[in-house]
Amino acid sequence: MTKHLVALLLLVNLSNGAFAQDNTDLSSILNSPRQGKEYVKNAFKSTRVINGHSMEFLAPGTMDFRILHRFGQLDNGVKNFFGLDEASMRMGFDFGLKRNLMVGIGRSTFKKEFDGYIKYAPISQSTGSGSSPVTIAFIAGMTANTIDWPDSSKYGEFNARLAYYYQAIIGRKFSNRLTLQLSPTIVHTNLTPLSIPTDQFALGIGGRFKFSKRMAFTLDYSYRLNGRSSERYDPLSIGVDIETGGHVFQLHFSNATGMNERAYLTETTGSWGKGEIRFGFNLSRVFQLKGEKD
Amino acid sequence: MKKLFFVLLAYALTYDSMSQEKYFTKNGTIRIDATTNASLETIRGINRSVSAVLVTQTGKLLFIVLMKGFEFQKALMQEHFNENYVESDKYPKADFKGQVQNIDEIDFKKNGSYPVNVKGQLTMHGRTNPIEATGSIQVRDGKLLVNSTFSIALKDYNITIPGLVADKVSKTVGIIVECFLDPFKK
Repeated sequence: MTKHLVALLLLVNLSNGAFAQDNTDLSSILNSPRQGKEYVKNAFKSTRVINGHSMEFLAPGTMDFRILHRFGQLDNGVKNFFGLDEASMRMGFDFGLKRNLMVGIGRSTFKKEFDGYIKYAPISQSTGSGSSPVTIAFIAGMTANTIDWPDSSKYGEFNARLAYYYQAIIGRKFSNRLTLQLSPTIVHTNLTPLSIPTDQFALGIGGRFKFSKRMAFTLDYSYRLNGRSSERYDPLSIGVDIETGGHVFQLHFSNATGMNERAYLTETTGSWGKGEIRFGFNLSRVFQLKGEKD
Repeated sequence: MKKLFFVLLAYALTYDSMSQEKYFTKNGTIRIDATTNASLETIRGINRSVSAVLVTQTGKLLFIVLMKGFEFQKALMQEHFNENYVESDKYPKADFKGQVQNIDEIDFKKNGSYPVNVKGQLTMHGRTNPIEATGSIQVRDGKLLVNSTFSIALKDYNITIPGLVADKVSKTVGIIVECFLDPFKK
């Protein structure tokens, strides 16, 4: 009889245990902590900080149509409507091919210059197992100007119109607000005036600070490591990113007119110190080309 | 000794019914639709990794949804969904804790479709609100197909639509639930 009692008690005890479990959070059944690697996204609102490339990539299958304007110097005063009377522009098409691979082409009115690049990130910032704290990206680009030469017999060769640039980006999104990146760059220009080095080395610093869901401050600066004696200046741009639905507006003030790497790194003739600052904006509109699914 | 045998048998039976009383999934589907007449594009997302548990005895129902699991037709839409609307870095999960009101009307041993009423609490984007929805549970050879369609108001969940796109994104979002639940075994 005692045996039965023990068994019975055991049974009651067990069923109680089972019922008790019902009342515990059901989520324990579902909880499987996801250890998978997750890539950090939206380090910048756009694939450019302002002038320079950012650590951000376009989503695969999308195209970014970019219209960039740089106006005249603010110190031209009211007669020139603070520089807005004159504008230099670049139109660009960027394509996202893979999560970490994109290409782009563009054309600037300054020197009627075409440019193109390929950008690839072997390492992307991520969380979870096997993650990396930074994104490391490499960019190789080329520019070709198409202005008329003063003496076509002498400089007519196509080679003389070309320049190349190579850049590495090491960037990290520190928080939802703050992203910083460093970008060592080399620009090789095949034919330059004597005052500009053929190989221009520079160290770029870019960052953004998001102050609302759809707005962020941005800063884009490059320190030129050589050729500092020339009548050129380090490009410094300070701006605001505004996201409105499908568009990103990047409004900024800068001493640079150039909108490709060759132009803004080797041909920035304005100086912040002398007040030679310009207003400018980048307008980015992303279109989905592929991968639409229902 | 005979009595002990019966007790053990009873115990075994009880144990069996215990193990059968939960159904679950980790790859259920939830669709959301925020399209309006003025929308330039259809705003639909689909999440195929929804977790759900149903306790058949009590009718307790739990859904857990990872917000980053929603896929949209357009990459930019998905980015905006995560970055600007639901802020999935800050609020990675949504969950629904509820109760099937008429669980007694369902015979889990017999194939068939049973209409159900569900009441519960939906937590999303840091806010919790009561939800009442109708749907159906279909018993199919020991598995359950759970269906429901309802809508929620975005303002209840502190999700704001900027003025510029106010008429392009619906203020109430349709939610379509479709989950196949398997019996849960330990």
